[in-house]
Amino acid sequence: MAREKVSFRSGPQVDMTLLLVVVLITSIGLVNLYSATSAYVGASRHAALADVYVTQIYWIVIGFLVAMLLAAIDYRHLERVAPVLYVGGLLSLALLFVVGGEGIRGANRWLKLGSFSFQPSDTMKPLVALMIARHIQNDSRTDARGLLDLVVPFVISGIPMVAVMLQPDLGTSLIYLFTTISMVGILRIRGTSVLLGLALTFGGGWAMWLFGLKEYQRARITSFMNPRADADDTGWHALQSQTAIGNGGLTGEGFMQGTQNQFGFLPDQHSDFPFSVFAEEFGFVGCMVLLALYCFLSIWCIHIASQAKDRFGAALAIGCGSIIFWHAACNMGMSMGLLPVVGITLPLFSYGGSSVLTMMVCLGIMMSISMRR
Amino acid sequence: MAILVQRSDVGEFRRRYRWLVLVVLVAFFACAVRLFVLQVLQGDLHDAEARKNIIGETRLATTRGVIRDAFGRVLAANRPSYNVHVVPQLVDMKTTWPRLVELMELTDADASALREKVSAIIERGGARAEQQTLLQMDVSRDVVAAIETYRSELPGVRVVPAPVRSYPYGTLGAHMIGYMREVDAETLAEHPEVDYRAGDRFGAVGVERRWESYLRGQRGFRRFIRKKTKRERIEDLEERYLGEDRQQDPAPGRDISLTLDIDLVRSAEKAMRGHLAGAVVVIDIRTGRVLAALSKPSFDPNIVSGGGGTAAVREAFTRYYSDPLKPTLDRTISAAYPPGSTYKPFSALSGLESGLIDPYQEVDCRGGLEYGKRYFRCTGVHKHVNLHEAIVQSCNTYFYDLGTRTNIDDLAQVGGRFGFGAKTGIGVNPEARGRMPTRAWYTRRYRGAFRGGFTLLAAIGQGATTVNVLQLALAYSALANGGTLYRPQIVRSIETSDGTVVQDFPPRVRRLVEIDPQRLGILTRGLAGVVTDRTGTAHAEWIEGVDLAGKTGTAQVSQVVHKGLEQTDIQYFNRDHAWFSGYAPSISPEIAVVVLVEHGGGGGKNAVPVAMQVVRDWQKLKAERLQKRAERIQKETD
Repeated sequence: MAREKVSFRSGPQVDMTLLLVVVLITSIGLVNLYSATSAYVGASRHAALADVYVTQIYWIVIGFLVAMLLAAIDYRHLERVAPVLYVGGLLSLALLFVVGGEGIRGANRWLKLGSFSFQPSDTMKPLVALMIARHIQNDSRTDARGLLDLVVPFVISGIPMVAVMLQPDLGTSLIYLFTTISMVGILRIRGTSVLLGLALTFGGGWAMWLFGLKEYQRARITSFMNPRADADDTGWHALQSQTAIGNGGLTGEGFMQGTQNQFGFLPDQHSDFPFSVFAEEFGFVGCMVLLALYCFLSIWCIHIASQAKDRFGAALAIGCGSIIFWHAACNMGMSMGLLPVVGITLPLFSYGGSSVLTMMVCLGIMMSISMRR
Repeated sequence: MAILVQRSDVGEFRRRYRWLVLVVLVAFFACAVRLFVLQVLQGDLHDAEARKNIIGETRLATTRGVIRDAFGRVLAANRPSYNVHVVPQLVDMKTTWPRLVELMELTDADASALREKVSAIIERGGARAEQQTLLQMDVSRDVVAAIETYRSELPGVRVVPAPVRSYPYGTLGAHMIGYMREVDAETLAEHPEVDYRAGDRFGAVGVERRWESYLRGQRGFRRFIRKKTKRERIEDLEERYLGEDRQQDPAPGRDISLTLDIDLVRSAEKAMRGHLAGAVVVIDIRTGRVLAALSKPSFDPNIVSGGGGTAAVREAFTRYYSDPLKPTLDRTISAAYPPGSTYKPFSALSGLESGLIDPYQEVDCRGGLEYGKRYFRCTGVHKHVNLHEAIVQSCNTYFYDLGTRTNIDDLAQVGGRFGFGAKTGIGVNPEARGRMPTRAWYTRRYRGAFRGGFTLLAAIGQGATTVNVLQLALAYSALANGGTLYRPQIVRSIETSDGTVVQDFPPRVRRLVEIDPQRLGILTRGLAGVVTDRTGTAHAEWIEGVDLAGKTGTAQVSQVVHKGLEQTDIQYFNRDHAWFSGYAPSISPEIAVVVLVEHGGGGGKNAVPVAMQVVRDWQKLKAERLQKRAERIQKETD
């Protein structure tokens, strides 16, 4: 057990860089959430939302404890329990269809346990990454893979994807898909298979458009192409978000001074559009700082993966990192009109227990991998 | 720790991390570029958009100018009126609604129709249900008071003041004064420079339309921050975002004084009772100002201006447009008629000027004249008549005789000098120019087949000759004042709401018509004789004490079969037009009077009495005013 001695001698070092970046983003996110929900103060219809930043603090604390616990555990233990966790996650998703869940704007995403409700589809994300990482760990061939060899990871993510699509929640299922693609992306794949994969993706996308998407989801995407044509309805969210961002200008309107936010022109500013709130109040300069933080965090995750000493750790790091990256990129992209509006949260900015918890789980795993390289 | 033994090779991944880094960099770089575009390049644009979101604007209504007659009597003003609106979402159909129906004194049919409308909006929901819906326009003061009293029991019910135009004299002079119409999409598109909004009303015809830009006034606004929250900080934002131009007061419209004397218009209306359709115009021959203009049948501008609600407006217009007598047609200006014998003085002048008529030469009238293959009928057998007698007795044969010798272009040329065939330039309502047919016109019209008979008809004001009533009055004014052809005037001055005159319109001479005084004398003596001479065509209807000179006319109407009309109506529409055109007093005249009784029959019998009454009333009014003025001066000097 020479290796163990080595690790013991140097000790598992806390990744201070990762910690610092996460603390920074979390702090900014919390401050931003305060501003975002301050618009609800005094508005009777949304009275409950006025104090969500307090609730958010609870979630962050809980999430942080969970992350610390995960960081303390050697991630390699997770490989063993991965199937159990994965099946557990699937069951909780299935439970939604049994008990009906609690609808928020027509979407059955929430599972209510007493006074505590959470989104199984959210917590499922790292579990999918875990399961795929386990598969990559066990499939240790070094020759280039064909498409058939990649079926398993897509089946792993495909099952929850279908379940989530039925809720329906387009954003989350896309996160599953992107995470899977990112993780598979580190494997060696034959060139022809890559091309075939691309063709399948586009073909699948086309088929999705025709048969898989609900009318309102299609409307969201078409309105993204031409937001002004439908400025009263679907395109309205996107337009108001871009107006808010543009209103920020170079240096921003100032904290708590964003009019789009304060006057309630941003829909769901605490969950879907916290970035627009931030951009309006801190301007281009603030946005560059935030962008740099997310960018650094994403690249740092790849760095951790590259430092991992086993396939499981590397794949898991890429999986958890890509969850964070895709959330950040998609949310900001949709806020600024680069992508259609699908409900994807901004990591550590958006309000929501499930979201915070999921991100903290990912970051805890990252930390665990980073500490044991 | 056997479980944790490393059994895989991570080397496979090494070469792919940089691709992942590239994906991350590209994604965030795209975001950065997009942010640069939105925040730096388009920052101002979005800034303005965001301002528009939070800044609301209340329009401050202006008041439309008042229209008065020449003696300061109000012809068009604004009456306060109230509309009842409801916000469907706030209305409880079980409790509030029955109470509201009761207070508004709605009929069962109206109530159920409105109930359906409101219920439908509630059911559909959305933004529409949160906005005001018009329930009833122009409710009575009692209803307003009742709703205000029970306001607390009527959530979602609003009483909104909406002044409507009112015309105290109703149908009197309605064509000249005009009425108001709601702007349609077309008008909105046509006049983007004017601050019209949907629901606004604007002048549709007459003075209301022509002087719309003066009457309308300028709307004001007040800007405010839309309060989406109850935060106190918002008040600070108000200071920050509204800045200086927070409010602009509305500018009231200008008042307009007309040249009309509404008393004289009323007198004309009274005189025309008993006739279905026609027109009366009275002009001040020394200024060209229109003292009275009446077109019959008329319409009620109060109804069509929207006071009683849109349904009433629609109903009224349907009625007006289906009426074969066309009540909306301004017969004083917008229609041209054959002038008949009233045109004879101008033919005579043409004959005198060209030397074709010797005023003392007699023509033997045997009831008509054969010319070419046709026999041109006279009104009777006048035997030997000279020019004076021909005018007094309205002998056609005399003028046919002239027609056989003169040139149709010479006749038209004299008519043209008196303003026939051209627009008078009154500026209000569309003008029918009428027609002075020339050889060239006939050639065009009948493919070169000009016949001498046309000249004979033109000489008695028939055939293709048409004039409008106002033209005739102006031409007679020129005869009466020795040859000054005025541009007619309907607006005397423009004033501010406190009475300061902004713009005054002096009389404008259109043309000085050269007439030899001697020849004019022959004509005016003839015109006086029409009334005073025992053989005169107007003599039978002469009212004692009325000093009037002029010419009667009985204009034949082209025999057109009017489809879709009753037999009696066809008879009516084929009857002659009755005319009288003249001036008063006969010596040193002051006013010109033209009366047209559409399809009235003989001019002497039908049009003359109208003119007589109008002139009698004018004399009376003039005497009364002189009397009053004398009394006032007396008082002031005392």
